[in-house]
Amino acid sequence: MSGFEPTPTPETAPYWDAAARGDLSVQFCLQCARHYFYPRPACPRCGGESVEWRTVAGRARLVSYVINHRPLPPFDATVPQIVALVELDEGPRMMTAIVGVEPAPEHLPLDLALEVAFVDCGDVRLPVFKPMAVAA
Amino acid sequence: MSATSMHGGRVAIVGASETDTIGKRPDASVLGLHAEAARNALRDAGLTISDVDGIATAGIYPQDISHYLGITPRWLDGTLVGGCSFLLHVRHAAAAIAAGAADVVLVTHGESGRSGVGADPWIRNPAAISGQFEQPYGAQAPYSTFTVPALRFLHDRGMTVEHLAHVAVAQRTWAVDNPRAARRDPVTVADVLGGPTIAYPFTRDMCCVVTDGGGALVLTSAERARDLPSTNRAVYLLGSGESAESSIVSQMADPGSFAAFRHASAEAFRTAGLTHADIDHFMAYDAFAHLPLYALEDAGFVGRGESGDFVAEGNTVKGGRLPVNTNGGGLSYTHSGMYGMYAIQEAVRQLRGEAHAQVPGVDVSFVLGVGMFFAAAGSLVLARHPA
Repeated sequence: MSGFEPTPTPETAPYWDAAARGDLSVQFCLQCARHYFYPRPACPRCGGESVEWRTVAGRARLVSYVINHRPLPPFDATVPQIVALVELDEGPRMMTAIVGVEPAPEHLPLDLALEVAFVDCGDVRLPVFKPMAVAA
Repeated sequence: MSATSMHGGRVAIVGASETDTIGKRPDASVLGLHAEAARNALRDAGLTISDVDGIATAGIYPQDISHYLGITPRWLDGTLVGGCSFLLHVRHAAAAIAAGAADVVLVTHGESGRSGVGADPWIRNPAAISGQFEQPYGAQAPYSTFTVPALRFLHDRGMTVEHLAHVAVAQRTWAVDNPRAARRDPVTVADVLGGPTIAYPFTRDMCCVVTDGGGALVLTSAERARDLPSTNRAVYLLGSGESAESSIVSQMADPGSFAAFRHASAEAFRTAGLTHADIDHFMAYDAFAHLPLYALEDAGFVGRGESGDFVAEGNTVKGGRLPVNTNGGGLSYTHSGMYGMYAIQEAVRQLRGEAHAQVPGVDVSFVLGVGMFFAAAGSLVLARHPA
């Protein structure tokens, strides 16, 4: 995938290290008993520093999205992107890409059930989401 | 000595002007656009460079513009929070004037958003929070980032993409007779929906124009304003507010509502001591067509879920209950990158009775601006009379 490669920082490295192992990991505040995202050393809700990294289930729902018909470099300008806002089962929301589905509104009902997947992006593996496989 | 109030009409905008022309300005650099607007605004005020002792700007350093113009400042403000920065500058300048930290403040804006003359290159930072958690997914350009929450806003309110189109249609009605506007042809909902898709659900006319231009404001105390040749055209600051939410769109507490709009507008109403019924005119920052819908609801002009029909039923156009974005807005008038300055300029023109599409009897105007992508907000309550 030709893409925009993120550069981890000391505070975010555990997130990217987990992604490299195929895990989606976010921080959990022991005081609030809540997960939070994006990575930072203290809970944005209570300011508490008693936080730990937890691997989450990788399931989410589609909150909102656009289908970007004008991708900028380094992306391929001819390939529409589904730029999506998703909410993890554990609560936090994150921006992501939806893969494994045609970039057309009829395939992207809001609240669609999603599961995490990982794509290589330079030196990092990038968490993305795909529609949840339906049990036969 | 106790400071006087920054609100309640104690501070006035005594000069306001845009660059001679806007739109395509390959003849002027960013700095040149700032300076042209600054000279025009000072002339408008009946003041000169030597009167100015405070400078505020965004996008370039305030010292760059003060030195370029020959100003020796005793007060500087380089607040840069995105397109609403100039609303914050007005608010900060009012505080400085009320506190005696400055007597005459010049606020300048200039951008070569279309021609790129003398503009800084766009540098991406892949280690920034947005660089790590949004841009890798294509949330780079404003049209594929700022727009992401819109479908959820519409969905949760039983609204449709047609409501976005109605915003573009309504604003175009104001631009048709405005020779300075970039897009002036009347459009229908079908025209807007049938245009090229930029980032579904946003078509071209739901996205702002990309232009060159500048604007500037001159502020001083209401007391000093009385002695200026521009006194009959002074516009007074009754109230204001500012706030911020998240630097990345995904972290809005509610994708269907912008907390900083709510907080900044509530503070502006509170400090002005006014209610929505007192507002004659509304400038709602519109880089994209969903933003006036958020603004109408978040500022409390309509209830939750009512914004779409409010626009579609004609309440924001000529003769409507609340004229909105009467210059045509960022969608039709101009948008050099940080639109807030143009929203303030149009509010001043309406209050002075000098707008291209003049609304009769505008005594109080409310200006609400957004910075970056649902990151920061600023609000101003401006009036023809000091109280």
